[in-house]
Amino acid sequence: MESTTRALWTLLHGMGFGALYLLACSGALVELWRRYSSAAQAPVTAGDETFLRIYLSVMTLLAWGAVLIGTYIVYPWYRAAAPPGTLNLAGYPQRLLMSSPSTVAWHSVGMEWKEHVAWLAPISITMASAVFFKYGRGIKEHPQLRNAVLCFVLVSFMAAGIAGFFGAMLNKYAPIEGGHTVRLLHGE
Amino acid sequence: MNASGASTSTGITSLTNGSGGAAVLAAGVGTFTLAVLTLAADQVAAIKPLMIFYKPTGPLSGVTTTALLIWLFTWGILEWRWRNRNIAMGRTSVIALILLGLSVLLTFPPVADLF
Repeated sequence: MESTTRALWTLLHGMGFGALYLLACSGALVELWRRYSSAAQAPVTAGDETFLRIYLSVMTLLAWGAVLIGTYIVYPWYRAAAPPGTLNLAGYPQRLLMSSPSTVAWHSVGMEWKEHVAWLAPISITMASAVFFKYGRGIKEHPQLRNAVLCFVLVSFMAAGIAGFFGAMLNKYAPIEGGHTVRLLHGE
Repeated sequence: MNASGASTSTGITSLTNGSGGAAVLAAGVGTFTLAVLTLAADQVAAIKPLMIFYKPTGPLSGVTTTALLIWLFTWGILEWRWRNRNIAMGRTSVIALILLGLSVLLTFPPVADLF
């Protein structure tokens, strides 16, 4: 079982950081909605507060990891220019997508949206994390602030979902390949 | 205007909402800046080369780096001005969320192409 360094970086970007962020978003939304509502009856303990602080911090790291790896490691491989006369565009995903009317929109809409909208996620979750670090349980006393934070986390979830969906589809139609071959397992 | 850091009967320190409002509004400004710069780098030929901070990534490097700097600068200024104040959180949140919504729309290529 073999892969390539570029495919593994893409996997780390999408399945490692991106997918974990998406999974974590649902937990943060539920927690902020259910436990930190001003109408919530059950008291929030110091332990609960610490848990959510750590949870949001990890989400912040995941979001930044996903966009930075995507932008500065994976994206240059995606948009690499093919030398003139290149017939096999397999190593040039953007050019491969643009070479056919049936796939060009995966680049012109999918990638163009993904590469920008994904950045809303780290900005939003960093804000949410900073606000929760500052206010902790006290955010229950500021319902409008909590609602605004919830909306930002929800939009970050949507943004990461859009980026994840297009990332998966782009990798299906024009996978990023190349670099050194990495042998993961020996076959029998 | 309330003093910041007053204790409540629950033992939780009550803070003014200024810091939270500063973070929320700055995030709205940051995301909107990202969308506007994306649009500018795509539609204005003179701006596109200015946004190439790192050639392999192209204009995306400058768009995101500039937006991040403006976001953090805005956050710092608002935090400095509002940290000990209670602000109109409803209005601040609405403005921030409108900016966030516009950011999602403006980064969507079919909408961006209307400009």
